[in-house]
Amino acid sequence: MTLTEAAPDEALEAHFEATIARNDRIEPRDWMPEGYRKTLVRQIAQHAHSEIIGMQPEGNWITRAPSLRRKAILLAKVQDEAGHGLYLYSAAETLGVSRLELTEMLISGRQKYSSIFNYPTLSYADVGAIGWLVDGAAICNQVPLCRTSYGPYGRAMIRVCKEESFHQRQGYELLTTMMRGTDEQRAMVQESIDRFWWPALMMFGPPDADSPNTAQSMAWGIKRNTNDELRQKFVDMSVPQAEALGVTLPDPELVWNEERGHHDFGQPDWEEFMQGVKGNGPCNAQRMAHRRRAHEDGAWVREAATAYAAKQRAAKQGETSA
Amino acid sequence: MSNLSAEGGHGAVPLEGVPTGQGVPAPEPEWPLYEVFVRGKRGLNHVHVGSLHAADDRMALLHARDVYTRRNEGVSIWVVRADAITASSPDEKDPMFAPSGDKVYRHPTFYDIPDNVPHM
Repeated sequence: MTLTEAAPDEALEAHFEATIARNDRIEPRDWMPEGYRKTLVRQIAQHAHSEIIGMQPEGNWITRAPSLRRKAILLAKVQDEAGHGLYLYSAAETLGVSRLELTEMLISGRQKYSSIFNYPTLSYADVGAIGWLVDGAAICNQVPLCRTSYGPYGRAMIRVCKEESFHQRQGYELLTTMMRGTDEQRAMVQESIDRFWWPALMMFGPPDADSPNTAQSMAWGIKRNTNDELRQKFVDMSVPQAEALGVTLPDPELVWNEERGHHDFGQPDWEEFMQGVKGNGPCNAQRMAHRRRAHEDGAWVREAATAYAAKQRAAKQGETSA
Repeated sequence: MSNLSAEGGHGAVPLEGVPTGQGVPAPEPEWPLYEVFVRGKRGLNHVHVGSLHAADDRMALLHARDVYTRRNEGVSIWVVRADAITASSPDEKDPMFAPSGDKVYRHPTFYDIPDNVPHM
């Protein structure tokens, strides 16, 4: 069958494939295969949910920040996480899913968020460790997503990445300050790194051999690097940063491999990871309950704003008709 | 643990058994969608930066400031209700833009000018 005789769907699909092959972007009202659309909705929505839930672990420390400077920084950071969630919901909506439906899928637990946010924040050093390691891992994941094939997602990621750099640097600077302090403060930093190192490595997902979906996502240009490639990049980046900071990464197998030109390292506890994803992580129930409460407690504000807008509109119409 | 990936940006999320929206009617009436345009600095056009929901125009403008200009990204913001925008259809792309495709004489490179003619 020649192209001109092809069924309309096949011609559309060929056009879509050609756009991807040219490394061009797909834009909202373009025809796209249903699988591509669904993959994107799932990915962007769960990314957005992660940003929104991600406000909680650090938000925990806003009222107990050690100085006004640290409090202002932390407030700005947590506000950014909300902003990132909103950029991403905005991108997801271009695929024909409504904001309320996305919110509902999060608070009913039908869609998930990254399990990194189910770990508790036990000391102020955790604010630093999250900035350095968790946001550092997020940067590794998100920088390649700036070139993702879906236009609105890539543009949202560019905005996010610009702000993420502030997040990582404020965290690292916080830890540097504590490392220049007392022995107790240095111990707090090390203890925090010990807890967050492995969960940060888990953020990249299971090993490639166990990630059968990666190939399709890469063929569609949605994902640009495999889980293992990104994890390796993160480990190689973190080792000199840990040395400069003066902390030890809690992995006895971590060693430079001259032949590969990369660090060898141990495997995270994937069973712990699976439990977190299934909703059995240390703080799952608390995070979900908090998000649900925030939504329900905000209902009267949304209703009041809607009523006020209707009243203003009515008053305006009254003026023009009078 | 097969169906998990780092695709969530902030870390691995499940890829299967996750609904992707049915397009079902929302449980409460949704605030209208606004598209947001920001002028980065004087001398530049307003550029589309994203969208948001708001109960009215005034709220849309305030939310746009908080969501899209936290770091001096703009000196002016436009918000426009998304349902007020008329857009060309991607399906009509070829007939829509074809008239300009075959008019090569509209481009300066169409014209041969002798090499010894300066400043042209």
